Amino acid sequence: MRRELPMIVAFVAGLILILQFFIPALRDVSESVQNWVIVVAAFAIAVGAFNLLRVNYMKIRFRRADWPFSVVLIAGFVVMVVVGLSGLDFVREGGSAVPAAVGAPTAATAAAGAPTAGTAVAVAAAPRGALTVKLGQGIEVGTVFDWLFTYLMFPMSGTMFALLAFFVASAAYRAFRARTVEATLLLVSAFIVMLGQVPLGSFWVPAWWPFFLTPDWLKDKIMEIGNTAGQRAILIGASLGVVSTSLRILLGIERSYLGEE
Amino acid sequence: MGFIRWLANIDRRIIFVVIGLAVAGPLLVPLNLPPVTVTSQARAIYDAVEALPTGSTIVVSFDYDPAAAPEVHPMALAFLRHCFIKKHKVIIMALWPQGAQLAVRAISEISSEFDLKYGVDYVNLGYKPGGAIVINLIGTSFAKAFPSDINQTPLNQLPLMSKVNNLKDVAMVMDLSAGDPGIPAWVMVANALFQRKVAGGTTAVSAPQFFPYLQSGQMMGQLGGMKGAAEYERLVKHPGLGSRGMDSQSVAHAVIIVFIIFANVAYFALRRKTPSGGPAAAGGAPPPAAP
Repeated sequence: MRRELPMIVAFVAGLILILQFFIPALRDVSESVQNWVIVVAAFAIAVGAFNLLRVNYMKIRFRRADWPFSVVLIAGFVVMVVVGLSGLDFVREGGSAVPAAVGAPTAATAAAGAPTAGTAVAVAAAPRGALTVKLGQGIEVGTVFDWLFTYLMFPMSGTMFALLAFFVASAAYRAFRARTVEATLLLVSAFIVMLGQVPLGSFWVPAWWPFFLTPDWLKDKIMEIGNTAGQRAILIGASLGVVSTSLRILLGIERSYLGEE
Repeated sequence: MGFIRWLANIDRRIIFVVIGLAVAGPLLVPLNLPPVTVTSQARAIYDAVEALPTGSTIVVSFDYDPAAAPEVHPMALAFLRHCFIKKHKVIIMALWPQGAQLAVRAISEISSEFDLKYGVDYVNLGYKPGGAIVINLIGTSFAKAFPSDINQTPLNQLPLMSKVNNLKDVAMVMDLSAGDPGIPAWVMVANALFQRKVAGGTTAVSAPQFFPYLQSGQMMGQLGGMKGAAEYERLVKHPGLGSRGMDSQSVAHAVIIVFIIFANVAYFALRRKTPSGGPAAAGGAPPPAAP
């Protein structure tokens, strides 16, 4: 039954969502099913967070490779959750706010039953007014949560993505060699698109230069004709794959989502 | 010959250092290169916003995270700025968990330029998991997917949302996306099912995959990468992070092109020396020396 029940749920839910396009009477049922999807997705986030903690806790406990990184991960996780749910903030009252605190309680704080805005729990004397720790300040700009997000999360995530530029440069240097006709075509296209994508590409073009030989124009044509044709082929192929996989799931042929091979 | 071999196999750490300098240098010392050429895709979005009657409602979906923010966030700022200049109403939502917080930041960054009232000029509905399902639900009713906004205020208490029931009451959708759920979901549901105009802003690496939607008319326009942001900043006459980043991107692209030229010069020089091909000709490790 552990296997049959999820298959029945998938079949019925999938069938309702397909049939609602043809049977208007099923629209209300379909909306309910879609609401359930949102609830299930929210629970999936919670399960994912729990699993992340469990995996990293086990890594620390058994001192597996790179376990110190797991300590950092759990510490970061706990700090963000505690600060986010409590709406913790520091407000200097009677003087200029450091940092400014504005905003209302978030969904998370409300759900967690956190104290509402203005619950002072500690006061410290300061020349510019009392520094007060407040809870329930939400995630608005100026709160501790926003500070952590802006000055830690934001630059660190951006840095990770920016590494792509270094790897792309290194990979382009090694891969773009005119070994064959196809490789040469790819090389020339890459040159044109890279030049057409930046102001430097048209910077050197003299006024008398034919417009159809400018990197801008050539890049547009490569993107609109060659790229679009290729992308459309990929899109149609992928869409057919989605349709066939969906049918296989509905009919119980594809069971990998149940953990089967 | 030694130099040619070195040229064919430059240590990647050297490439990393040169690229690092190429990116950082122009950020520190701007080159003041000419502004970017505005593409028809960016122009289409700008014209559509311009053509809307004052006070039209626009949905802006923040479907990206801080990793993509250097490229997509400048677009968000430029687009929101344009909406508020034209006095349009903006409904912000997020299909990505961190999108809601990025929207809070975006509004705070431009709010000093306008006299904005929350609930009247814009609302932030926050994040909702479910991707295309959420879009499908707001097609029939915003309140079904978002009973309350990011501050837990019921939608019927927000003046803006009392006039907007579902996607049919919205003039257009701007999806700022860095992946899935993102532009395909908006195109498939908001455009195909509810016939809303959908525009997109995405990272440069994702932009090429959406050209079929542009050609078919399912997407009215697209901003691709930092250049897309710079184009929109130019259109709204408010240069920002996107425009500033174009100097760096120009030099970085030039450096990559120079490296590729080096690699090919070395490749052909080595191939002439070893006509039969082999590792040296391929730019790989040199063949072992004869005993």
